[in-house]
Amino acid sequence: MPQTLLQKVWDAHTVRRLPSGQTQLFIGLHLVHEVTSPQAFDALRQRGWPVRFPRRTFATVDHIVPTRDAARPFADVMAEAMMTALERNCREFGVPLWGLSDQRQGIVHVIGPELGLTQPGMTIACGDSHTSTHGAFGSVAFGIGTSQVRDVLASQCLAMEPLKVRRIRVEGDLAEGVYAKDVVLAIIARLGVKGGVGYAYEYAGSTIEGLSMDGRMTICNMSIEGGARVGYVNPDATTFDYLRGRPFAPSGDAFDRAVSWWRSMASDPGAPYDDEVVMEAAALEPIVTWGVHPGQSVPVSGRLPAPSEAPPEERQNVADALAFMGFDAGAPIAGTPIDVAFIGSCTNSRLSDLREAARVVGGQRIARSVKGLVVPGSRAVRRAAEAEGLHEVFLAAGFEWRDAGCSMCLGMNPDRLEGRQISASSSNRNFKGRQGSPTGRTLLMSPAMVAAAAVAGEVVDLRQVLRAGGGAR
Amino acid sequence: MSARAITCVQGTGLPLRGHDIDTDRIIPARYLRAVTFEGLERHVFEDDRRGWAGAGAHPFDRDEWRGAAVLVVNANFGCGSSREHAPQALQRRGLQAIVGESFSEIFFGNALALGLPCASIGPADATWLQQLLEDAPDTQVVLDLETMTVSAAGRVVPASMPASARDALVSGAWDATGLLLARGEEVDAVAARLPYVSDW
Ligand code: SF4
Repeated sequence: MPQTLLQKVWDAHTVRRLPSGQTQLFIGLHLVHEVTSPQAFDALRQRGWPVRFPRRTFATVDHIVPTRDAARPFADVMAEAMMTALERNCREFGVPLWGLSDQRQGIVHVIGPELGLTQPGMTIACGDSHTSTHGAFGSVAFGIGTSQVRDVLASQCLAMEPLKVRRIRVEGDLAEGVYAKDVVLAIIARLGVKGGVGYAYEYAGSTIEGLSMDGRMTICNMSIEGGARVGYVNPDATTFDYLRGRPFAPSGDAFDRAVSWWRSMASDPGAPYDDEVVMEAAALEPIVTWGVHPGQSVPVSGRLPAPSEAPPEERQNVADALAFMGFDAGAPIAGTPIDVAFIGSCTNSRLSDLREAARVVGGQRIARSVKGLVVPGSRAVRRAAEAEGLHEVFLAAGFEWRDAGCSMCLGMNPDRLEGRQISASSSNRNFKGRQGSPTGRTLLMSPAMVAAAAVAGEVVDLRQVLRAGGGAR
Repeated sequence: MSARAITCVQGTGLPLRGHDIDTDRIIPARYLRAVTFEGLERHVFEDDRRGWAGAGAHPFDRDEWRGAAVLVVNANFGCGSSREHAPQALQRRGLQAIVGESFSEIFFGNALALGLPCASIGPADATWLQQLLEDAPDTQVVLDLETMTVSAAGRVVPASMPASARDALVSGAWDATGLLLARGEEVDAVAARLPYVSDW
């Protein structure tokens, strides 16, 4: 009987059916960071429990780290307390920690793949909703809360409800200036921010197969913004090539054995799906969000919706979002002035993202009115970008070139919007207050679109910029 | 570890209108800069409460709904970040159950792990209940997990949640840690069968 990857991974990791009907699922890789773990480690300490599989558990620090001047102690005493707690917990429980003195530090969803920890066929958990990123490798990766972090630390297991699988097939070639970010924003626009509740999203089709691992990670990363807790791509040659030679990937003969197991975990032809959706890549434009959740977006050539055009149950939401953003129904999104340009986050802070952004910047300068921030997702990305001279392009343009961390993706560190600022951002959430100012405003888009907006001082159609010969080729 | 069986939640309600209320709104990220959950309840919906048409106007600031046990919401409540700080803050504020049209999965699971049931009711039933609580804030709301119903002012509407979650609540098995720790040798057996755990 043909099966989906989800089913195979689920079966391979099932310990038993719990009396409630939930599945007790073994978790093959547990990634830990400073925000959602301290209370979980405390619970273990109180009960005298050890970490069950310290060798399948790895920690880093990302959310709170200042991306400029990360000297200890941090200026923010609360951030310092969290850092100290993580260091103490990892030491006491025998969990490896890649902290600020380690060259491997970075955003948890960037370093897992980059170190080769993330592999096909695994179950992965992390106390962070964007854990779905790791599904790009054909793993089943769950974002969890602190009580579940405690459960995984103590038992290496989770109690989970079964998931349905929706296959989302994207077919055809992407136009110049259109990226994985636009594909996933289009998927969310089509299926809605709650369309994925109860589902794992399997991304398939020629467009997805043609993407690099970086692009696949961008798409899986934002599964959660579409309500799907898990998103994955079946592992293929692109996946295996990426993993070859990574520090935690198997090597030599073991690599070949691994590849045959990894291949065997991919969805079979004819596997049953609970739902299937097909999209054409050629129809896609660069996409920009205009509202307060990632489903409120328009193609860059489009106009903002009027509440009256929305389905009845959405009208109030659209009206509220327009009011919060201070935008007029019917106005074009292109031409919206921006104050901040943020290139970073676990969605779009990898080397290929920075390369595309730098190509768009070319030798130009960013608009005088714009504060520009480029924040590599990891120290390894930062080093690789510097080896190619990308930092010089950004610095010459007037961007700040920062150290790795979550930065302005969320307001937990010194990088924040101020007041009503509007940010063009390559991150994943445009929720009210997300970027650190309760009244700040976020327009999500691809990193190349952010670069183009930074130069222009307003939202622009990257395709026109590229056609006009803007950016370096 | 066995937890307390939760079969029924009864008390006054707190209506909170709006779809897609995300966890960044429930508890802004700056309050995650802490190593405990203590005191989070003071910051529930803090930015919304400041920005709401005038001080004291947000449902969480209004006297008539103080002390409520049941929060009544609309669709996709708790979407976004996986922060357990969100259900922690709501529970620490005294809320014992949430009913509404639908919930994000991660939020639902986090709340379940705290013994905070989230029950789905029809969209029209959710707005009916909100209207009722706006008109008559003293109304008693009952979420009965055995009959899977919500009742108020003499009307009873059907409620739903995944059967396994319901069973876990009514049997007092919602704190899964004890169950997950129980069969250590079965866990080891699964681990040993996985090629990536046993080094290929
Ligand atoms: S970059 Fe943003 S979304 Fe990603 S882990 Fe950090 S805070 Fe979360």
